[in-house]
Amino acid sequence: MADVSVQVAVLGAGPGGYAAAFYAADLGMQVALVDEEKNPGGVCLYRGCIPSKALLHVAKVIDEARHANAWGVTFAEPAIDVDRLRAFKQGVVNKLTSGVGSVARLRKVTFVQGRATLTGPTSMSIAGAAGASTLRFEHLILATGSQPTRIPSLTLDSPRMLDSTSGLELPDIPKTLLVIGGGYIGLELGTVYATLGSKVSVVEMTSGLLPGADRDLVGVLEKRLKGLFSQIMLNTRVEKVAEEKNGIRVTFSSGESVFDRVLVAVGRRPNSTIPGLETTRVKVDAKGFVETDPQRRTAEPNIFAIGDVAGEPMLAHKASHEARVAVEAIAGHKAVFEPAAIPAVVFTDPELAWAGLTEAQAEAGGIEVEVAKFPWGAASRAITVDRPDGLTKLVLEPKTGRVLGVGVVGSGAGELIAEGVLAIEMGATADDLKLTIHPHPTLSETLMESAEVFFGQSTHVYKPRKK
Amino acid sequence: MTEFKVPELGENVESADVARVLVNVGDTIKKEQPVLELETDKATIEVPSSVAGVIREVKVKKGEKVQVGAVILTVDDSASGNGTAPASTAAAGAAAAKPADTRDKQTEEAPREAAPKEAAPQPAAAERPPDHKVLSMPQRPSGAGRGEAAEARQAPAPAEAAPPSPPQMRAERGPAAPASPSVRRLAREIGIDINQVQGSGAAGRISLDDVKEKARRVLSSVGSAAPSAAGAARARQLPDFQKWGDVDRQPWSSIRRSTSEHLSYAWNAIPHVTQFDKADVTVLEALRKAHKDRVEKAGGNLTVTAILVKVLATAVRQFPQFNASLDSERGEIVYKKYVNIGVAVDTDRGLLVPVIRDADRKNITEIAVEVNQLSARARDRKLTLDEMSGGGMSISNLGGIGGTYFTPIVNWPEVAILGVSRGATEPLWVPGPPAGPAGAFEPRLMLPLSLSYDHRVIDGADAIRFLRWVVEAIEQPFLLSLIG
Repeated sequence: MADVSVQVAVLGAGPGGYAAAFYAADLGMQVALVDEEKNPGGVCLYRGCIPSKALLHVAKVIDEARHANAWGVTFAEPAIDVDRLRAFKQGVVNKLTSGVGSVARLRKVTFVQGRATLTGPTSMSIAGAAGASTLRFEHLILATGSQPTRIPSLTLDSPRMLDSTSGLELPDIPKTLLVIGGGYIGLELGTVYATLGSKVSVVEMTSGLLPGADRDLVGVLEKRLKGLFSQIMLNTRVEKVAEEKNGIRVTFSSGESVFDRVLVAVGRRPNSTIPGLETTRVKVDAKGFVETDPQRRTAEPNIFAIGDVAGEPMLAHKASHEARVAVEAIAGHKAVFEPAAIPAVVFTDPELAWAGLTEAQAEAGGIEVEVAKFPWGAASRAITVDRPDGLTKLVLEPKTGRVLGVGVVGSGAGELIAEGVLAIEMGATADDLKLTIHPHPTLSETLMESAEVFFGQSTHVYKPRKK
Repeated sequence: MTEFKVPELGENVESADVARVLVNVGDTIKKEQPVLELETDKATIEVPSSVAGVIREVKVKKGEKVQVGAVILTVDDSASGNGTAPASTAAAGAAAAKPADTRDKQTEEAPREAAPKEAAPQPAAAERPPDHKVLSMPQRPSGAGRGEAAEARQAPAPAEAAPPSPPQMRAERGPAAPASPSVRRLAREIGIDINQVQGSGAAGRISLDDVKEKARRVLSSVGSAAPSAAGAARARQLPDFQKWGDVDRQPWSSIRRSTSEHLSYAWNAIPHVTQFDKADVTVLEALRKAHKDRVEKAGGNLTVTAILVKVLATAVRQFPQFNASLDSERGEIVYKKYVNIGVAVDTDRGLLVPVIRDADRKNITEIAVEVNQLSARARDRKLTLDEMSGGGMSISNLGGIGGTYFTPIVNWPEVAILGVSRGATEPLWVPGPPAGPAGAFEPRLMLPLSLSYDHRVIDGADAIRFLRWVVEAIEQPFLLSLIG
């Protein structure tokens, strides 16, 4: 490839990087997007959000088919062809990544496949399949993402050891699987394997699953997971993993067991060891995140950083929002990254989602809040689909009823949370939610009814307001 | 007795060479005090102690290779009364962040906000039991915002070390101002701090108009032409006047304050030009004296001001752009079909500008009576806001006090103001008849006039035509009835 000069170069083509590249192109800039993969997509499309959601969809169908027995409709036990299942998942990934690739071409974004090494604040060399090339740029957006955290004591060179990447490759359906880490990656992948037929054990070092989410929400999910997983070990530490002939022997702080496979999902770390970064003034903090200002500008004024490499939370939608901020900053606008809420969704069954202030956070911060909850047992839509295991809650400012946080657990919570995020961003009050007509019968009514609970006026829950 | 161990040194750094040992057995050390210099292949790191007390044992020597987690010191911390769990406030494991060739010492402290106290005694690696009293560098905070793309923990942490930290950027700043993202963006773009804006909606919700109103007020109060300077336009620090002698401090009255805001805004918003001229009021003054008593009987005072109100009211009907306002937001000039003239009145509390309504439809006697009444009401503090609003053009007569010319500030949203100074008898060259003698100087009573106007609405040529018209109307009062 010939040497290229552009106004904006984007390093890393995940949902942050390609969003940045496309937006910059839309604003009329010449843009190059650099990634090691053949197409844009990043971890999210290749090894994260997208393939896991394809598999979780299959899991949900299997689960519902089994559950149909309770309604008098009985299917035979599913026969699972792992190769075809993997091919379906791969098809989803290919379709989306090639789609993003063609959108890049339509926008005339120069996509360069290869491994980049920065050679200064305005240039990089790229080693690609077709040889080396030089890319010069006026501005650079670092969007290099993150990778699974490796813990030496849990690292073993064995095909039986999986991380989120290899776990999504679906090598087989092991008889027994240990998931180390009770965060969302562990629970999502655990759900997939358990539904496909593995006996899944989850081990978590802390006292609860999904640290960060409110306990009442997690409680609803945990109740169902206890039926799905063969065991959930909390407050339990993995001391040692060792390979044996028949599997991996895992030593816990309380006993030991042998598993066919072990999936390590203990977190992710930013990809900030970018070759040649030291030729710039970009600073990396103690946690490995590239330091940026609210515009996502690094200490090198023409270099920006967005997404996982620029800080918590490591979420695709945060990255693509930051992408717009950084591009607008490059275009000279006064954009800053200042969301009132960034939603988090755990795609288990039931799904668990939250945004804004949590109850636990309010308590820890000494912030006075009022919490209004609506249990799905009173939601007609939840009853019609036989899934009353859900809860919608609002965290409200007591005086004004302003929505500060929203939490939802239940089937489809990931879609419902968007209304909560909008409410928080708009500075909406419980009154606003209450006075907005929600369609019946839908699960969205639970948000309206939670607001009614705040006023002691919920139609379907009798809970008079104290005071 | 507490052991101090080699803390986490950075990503993928398992061990380091001891470059220097900075303490000895028997030393009393404080928290944060550097005890060791470690050299990794990336940088030299000064390791500060996270404990305080007397050193009982130093377990490392210069030149040794030490593993992360190895014991460096044992410290008797009983002496320092340090009963609580020591907080891990060790130096940042910034080694990985630094280029390989910089071997400068890393003395930065760990960002404390990144290592909340309750998260402190955190095992450096997963295999350590949680109750083990190990002091290590703070690790990545656990559990922030699980969601789609990532899980935050590096190593599993004890339960109590997992502060709930959902994906919420404003946790430590309290809830953001109740305004939608688009309103927040407008505020940011025009340099208004959204948290300083008073919301007019339910529950204090801030609307687009609230932000605009705030911007308008900021502009008028600080008199800053550049909206982006709103934040920076705070008053400068005053010197200590007492240094040079006694001073007397009086409260800034609310009238003075609002006058000041109003004038600052007008001065900044309007590109002012001031035009000067003189009117020969010899005849007018004679007429004024002749008819004074009659007006006085009607309850008025036939002053130059009263006459000039009538002159102006007539003039603005010939020159409608002088009875206009600029709506820059809508890109329109508002021409008023009514003629209200403001009269600046000096009171002991400050400047007030009552308005004579429909001055074009009133005769001079009526105007004189009204000016009298309004001035009295102004001095008695009885003017209502209504009586001071709706002016089309104003007049400020300082002639009673003195002065020749001055540059009055246009009374926004008006676009012009006429300033009047003290009349004086001057020699005026009066040319003779075409066939007669050349002419002669005559003593004439001349009145200095100053016309300030908004140059965005009024051109200089128009301003001169207007002022000439006014001068001629004063010199030939007959014009008033002829044209007006």
